Amino acid sequence: MTDNSEHIDSARTYILVFLALISLTALTTAVSFVNLGDFSVVAALAIAVCKMLLVALFFMHVRHSNKLTKLVLAGAMVWLGILIVLTLTDFATRGLAGVPGR
Amino acid sequence: MASHSQAETLALREQFDTEAQQKDASTLGMWIFLITEIMFFGGLFLAYTVYRRWYADTFAVASCSLDVYIGAANTIVLLSSSLTMVLAVRAAQLGKRRALVLFLVLTLLLGGVFLGVKAYEWNQKLAEHHIPGPNFHFEGVAQQGPAQLFFSLYFAMTGLHALHMAIGAGLLVFLIVQAGMGRYSAAYMTPVDVVGLYWHFVDIVWVFLFPLLYLIDRHLGR
Repeated sequence: MTDNSEHIDSARTYILVFLALISLTALTTAVSFVNLGDFSVVAALAIAVCKMLLVALFFMHVRHSNKLTKLVLAGAMVWLGILIVLTLTDFATRGLAGVPGR
Repeated sequence: MASHSQAETLALREQFDTEAQQKDASTLGMWIFLITEIMFFGGLFLAYTVYRRWYADTFAVASCSLDVYIGAANTIVLLSSSLTMVLAVRAAQLGKRRALVLFLVLTLLLGGVFLGVKAYEWNQKLAEHHIPGPNFHFEGVAQQGPAQLFFSLYFAMTGLHALHMAIGAGLLVFLIVQAGMGRYSAAYMTPVDVVGLYWHFVDIVWVFLFPLLYLIDRHLGR
């Protein structure tokens, strides 16, 4: 092994991450049967983001990635945020002024 | 033969200074591709969000017609395939050829199970007339249009996800053949690494699809 920048996680780490993912899947399914009102979608997305972070950081090795890869990923999240937030500000504020077309 | 293929795959291309740099470039390239995929699926998730806000009640009723237990079980199948995939990458990093082939085959099998369950679910939708089109009929809602919209998004999103799974399965077959021929070693396993990234990405897409499609206001009952 000439590449000294490569980290190899133990199989135990991966199995623990996997068990956490299974627990979160059970949790999100159970929570969906509880009436939380508008908060239920927040709970579902919060759990999904936790699962995404576990998969990305451990299974996709982002925590061992170089700074360039991390920067590119952070940039991607910013662009995705622009796509979602700017579109939703449009739809969320339509009809707010009480003037047709505004 | 093995030494010939090793020499070919290990070769440091002239545009790179070191092997580490060459591998970083491949990984970064895969990430850039996955980011285009994030934006592509992001548009679908956005369309879903907008329509769900507009037709919240119909979307909740339509979502409750999906089988949450099949969805949850399939989520676990897919997460298991991600575990076997990451263990395959680990086996490749350690240069363990037999373990690499074993974990790749397991990943392929779990991916096949996921697609099989998905096909069963789609077949159920066909029997229930829940496929958008002239024969569409959804009981229990006043407006058929918004219900068709939910199922259009359901089929578009799960269909594209399944297409990505099928492509991933093809890539796994390629890796299994190559790994069986001994093309990968601890020093050279870039293809295993980047296909792993792709497989986990497809897993993450499902991690968002499952709660958004299957888990809307389940407390309303059926």
